[in-house]
Amino acid sequence: MTRILTSTAEHEVAAHDGLWMSATDAERATGWTLKPEGMCRADVCVPLPASAVGTSELDVAAFWKKLDGPVIASDARDVWALGAPADERNAALEGLEAPDFTLPDVDGVPRTLSALRGKKVFLATWASW
Amino acid sequence: MPVWQHLYDELKDKGFMVVAVAEESRGAEHARPWIEQAKSSYWQLIDTDHRLSDLYNLVNVPQAIWIDEQGRIARPPETAGSTDHFRRMDLKTRTMSPEDQAERLAARQAYLDAVRSWVTTGKHALAADAARKALPKVTPEIAEAHARFRLGVWLRAHDRAAEGDRQLAEASRLHPDSWSMWRQAADLDEVGKASGPEFWKRVQALGDRPYYPPPKL
Repeated sequence: MTRILTSTAEHEVAAHDGLWMSATDAERATGWTLKPEGMCRADVCVPLPASAVGTSELDVAAFWKKLDGPVIASDARDVWALGAPADERNAALEGLEAPDFTLPDVDGVPRTLSALRGKKVFLATWASW
Repeated sequence: MPVWQHLYDELKDKGFMVVAVAEESRGAEHARPWIEQAKSSYWQLIDTDHRLSDLYNLVNVPQAIWIDEQGRIARPPETAGSTDHFRRMDLKTRTMSPEDQAERLAARQAYLDAVRSWVTTGKHALAADAARKALPKVTPEIAEAHARFRLGVWLRAHDRAAEGDRQLAEASRLHPDSWSMWRQAADLDEVGKASGPEFWKRVQALGDRPYYPPPKL
């Protein structure tokens, strides 16, 4: 199995020759769906080069690079990080809607920022180091 | 963090919440002593992958983002009350001059007062254009640095330290402005290293540039 790390989650997929995988695995790992017009999410579709699509599979690394997203593999090519494209981050921030996230508290209870809608939130970082 | 608890206690009945996120790749147990000592009743979250730094383009701790009732960014990321006075500290005795200590406290107080007036009167919230202008831009190098940092932390956590360190070092090379990436990597290598001699060398190399850019209030 190949492990894919996205900025928010971790997935195991059956991949070969890099990140060639089924459309089902690709959708699970990336949130994008393979359609005749390309890879689609909400109302956006990104056409794929012919070299990146097979009969029932696609090359997720090629797709991700098409999005201008970073694709980083471990030495053994068993773990891959698919980073968020810079433009996607900038567009989200420039929209000024605070990017939502869910993180665990110290006892593992998941907390979601958007659950605090209606309050003013002081969101601050710290670290022990 | 005790100051954030005071702030929260004082303002929680005015529709205010504090969300403190620990950028802590060693995980919850490593952060727990600080969290328990702070006896906080606001949210204390653990962010082993520095996901918040990726989402909000952060480079250091403490940085804060102010978010209004509609979930909009009222102030983009900025230094949350810390100052550069520590750079003039006597490294042998680890002390600051009384003047520097006083200035440092005053700057922190001014920042906390600004949070207070935002909660009670709306002051200091930026108009959309000004907020957008103050956002730090994510470059392709920064985006790649976050992906490498993510992979590096994963490899480190799965007994592949040498390979993880290579990814973390590459992340810092791509995003040299991120103190969080560099210091977290140093801390994963060895607790304490994040504020050791290498750290001070990097701080000195800043020259006239700030370590904690002051918020423009």
